[in-house]
Amino acid sequence: MGRYVIRRLLQMIPVFIGSTFLIFIMVYALGDPVAALFGDKAPDPATAARIRKDLYLDRPLWEQYLHYMGQIFQGDFGTAFNGQPVTELMASAFPVTLRLTLVAITIEIVVGITLGVVSGLRRGRTIDTTLLVLTLVVISVPTFVTGYLLQYLLGVKWGWVRPTVSPDAPLNELILPGIVLALVSLAYVTRLSRTSIAENTKADYVRTAVAKGLPRRRVITRHLLRNSLIPVVTFIGTDIGALMGGAIVTERIFNIHGVGYQLYQGILRNNSPTVVGFVTILVIVFLLANLLVDLLYAVLDPRIRYA
Amino acid sequence: MRGATHARWAAGAVAVALAATACGGGSDSGGSGEAGIVSSSWGDPQNPLEPANTNEVQGGKVLDMVFRGLMRYDPETGEAQNMLAERIETQDSQNFTITLKEGWTFSNGEPVTAQSFVDAWNYGADVRNKQNNAPFFSDIVGYDDVHPASGDPTAKTMKGLVVKDARTFTVALDKKFSTWPDTLGYQAFSPLPKAFFTDHAAWLDKPVGNGPYTVDSYTKGTGMKLRRWDGYPGEDKAVNGGVDLKVYTDNNTAYTDLISGNLDLVDDIPAQQLKNVKNDLGDRYINQPALIMQTLTFPLYDPRWSKPGMEKVRRGISMAINRDEITRQIFRETRTPAKDWTSPALGEKGGFNPTLCGDACTYDPAAAKQLIQEGGGLPGGKVTLTSNVDTGSHRDWMDAVCNSINNALGEGPACTVNPVGTFADFRNQQSSYKLTGPFRSGWQADYPLIQNFLQPLYYTGASSNYGKFSDPQFDKLVDEANQEADPAQAVTKFQDAEKILAAQMPAIPLWYQNGSAGYAERLSDVALNQFSVPVYNRIKVS
Repeated sequence: MGRYVIRRLLQMIPVFIGSTFLIFIMVYALGDPVAALFGDKAPDPATAARIRKDLYLDRPLWEQYLHYMGQIFQGDFGTAFNGQPVTELMASAFPVTLRLTLVAITIEIVVGITLGVVSGLRRGRTIDTTLLVLTLVVISVPTFVTGYLLQYLLGVKWGWVRPTVSPDAPLNELILPGIVLALVSLAYVTRLSRTSIAENTKADYVRTAVAKGLPRRRVITRHLLRNSLIPVVTFIGTDIGALMGGAIVTERIFNIHGVGYQLYQGILRNNSPTVVGFVTILVIVFLLANLLVDLLYAVLDPRIRYA
Repeated sequence: MRGATHARWAAGAVAVALAATACGGGSDSGGSGEAGIVSSSWGDPQNPLEPANTNEVQGGKVLDMVFRGLMRYDPETGEAQNMLAERIETQDSQNFTITLKEGWTFSNGEPVTAQSFVDAWNYGADVRNKQNNAPFFSDIVGYDDVHPASGDPTAKTMKGLVVKDARTFTVALDKKFSTWPDTLGYQAFSPLPKAFFTDHAAWLDKPVGNGPYTVDSYTKGTGMKLRRWDGYPGEDKAVNGGVDLKVYTDNNTAYTDLISGNLDLVDDIPAQQLKNVKNDLGDRYINQPALIMQTLTFPLYDPRWSKPGMEKVRRGISMAINRDEITRQIFRETRTPAKDWTSPALGEKGGFNPTLCGDACTYDPAAAKQLIQEGGGLPGGKVTLTSNVDTGSHRDWMDAVCNSINNALGEGPACTVNPVGTFADFRNQQSSYKLTGPFRSGWQADYPLIQNFLQPLYYTGASSNYGKFSDPQFDKLVDEANQEADPAQAVTKFQDAEKILAAQMPAIPLWYQNGSAGYAERLSDVALNQFSVPVYNRIKVS
């Protein structure tokens, strides 16, 4: 098991280098970030040249990349154009987004799997059909619509919650954004677990368990659910990565100063150190989440072994 | 027990993730409603908050509260008035003697002296400090020594700045510039305390200035708390207890917070909300002209646009644009149809002239078509408009302008739009002179002077003359205007120069951009200055 984990970690190195290189090229191909610093005015050539030199922008692209990677391994992700080290931005943004992701994932898991089990066990009945229609509706409505709608109804019209999140982003304020963020994935989780459960109810081991005279509750939780969760776990694993980086819309609507907001601002201002730095970390998050998913397979299904 | 081992590995990883999120959660820092404190929307400043490095409105907001310079522009009239300057004297419009008022200090107790200004200006000009606003010092003798076009500087200070005594210093300019004292209200000319130079990093974390507010706390990317400085020696003391600036991810979100009572002041109403704003806010909505002008600039470096006769075509295109309808339909009157090349925020005394462009800026499709045909038609029968489309409804108005031109010409789709994804990309295309059709040029003036609307944009070889317009008569009139000692005479000369723009039409004036703001019921006396920044020190909180 330990050996397997080490092998997987080693495999991450080439993936990491390849993906950061692609990101680096894409971001730096976007245009000259220095020109945008000067707003509507023409950049002063001498000042612009000096900024370029300091940011290593006057070198060829491959040299810039090597320099950047060298710095990363020393823990230096460069400096954003407002003078803040990118690591400082990360230290403030990642905990917030991680909390938001946790809220969303928890909602996804608890509500999604429960609904999936309920409709999977009652396949073809009214409740199953209702849930299928509901999830279809949720999947087809884009996040910014649900976001603005719920914000307006709960925050402005009825005043149940604060419409925006304060800078510290405590957990209780993240519940509404968490729901908005979770909704689409929640629908997928429901559908995935429903199908999986519905299939496995006819499996031999379930019939055996029932024939042994096990209580229904134990059959469902220990035998049926555990085996049915594998596709769901795969989905949630990749979803963690997606939620960490892809919450741009939700974070903007609810004024959450997390990763999505920093990325959005970095792209808008052509602030390449911020964008490359954050995406690099997201690559690592994706890789680790995938590893975690693979390890969880073995927990869920004892037939899967890693050596 | 293999399963158990697996579970332990997975559980360990989850525990690490949970521990990482546990830190950082804190208590709710409260919304609006704190007694006497104005909460106001903010955006993260793009550059570090140094006076000579701040060239955008978000950082400018803070500097306007924390600093006072030699001059200050009256928020209503835009007139430059003495602030720290007791008098600025000159015999020849080129050498100035500046005397400071007595009794001014920074909020840390250090007196504001002539040295505070000279040090600040030398710092701002020095190319090693990479200050965006360095060109503002380029009129001072010795600028080239500290800011050479290439290579390393040969001096640390500019020869043209000489400290006479604690309250007096002299400035030598490299050429005559009679209205130069009026430019000194710009924030780049603010004085700086010694702490700025001795402990720069600490100063940036908590800027210290000489304005009516002091910085109480500053969390980068989140917000800033400013409090009234009770020892402030100036007359424009703050009438409220302080200002809390809060960074918002989006102006829509800030607007939502204003409507739901969590925020007092929003100084940028999102375009999507303009149709609701009268309902939501009533008379608590401000919409007034600012020193911002939008034009369509012609690429006169391209002979197809600059050859003789094309001035008729350029004029014709201008007359084919239905400015009234576009500003009403697309911008909901947050833009005002342009009638000259300056801004109504200057005031007519300052050089704004609503009749200067005349017929050339009035919609007349029949005359437009005739003029374009007389001038030989559009180059190649086509015209392409270019702008960045990431902000400001640029895509919408470009489509509308094109429709307007196409309808006037009645020759099918002669006008097309070239949308550019980001501002940086647009800027690259623009400054490498690659565009072959008219392109958007936005201009926000740095100080309310007609000179700032003309010289940087249309003088031969000027820094923001992206169309490479060049006219000897225009240059001559601008030079004369700068040498004119009498301000009223100078304005007339500048307007004479502007008339050449009306005849040549190197750039089509589109519209003046307004500043907009909305505020909560508990505020009163809210107004915007010419730079569309709220005049915070005058806001009353009930």
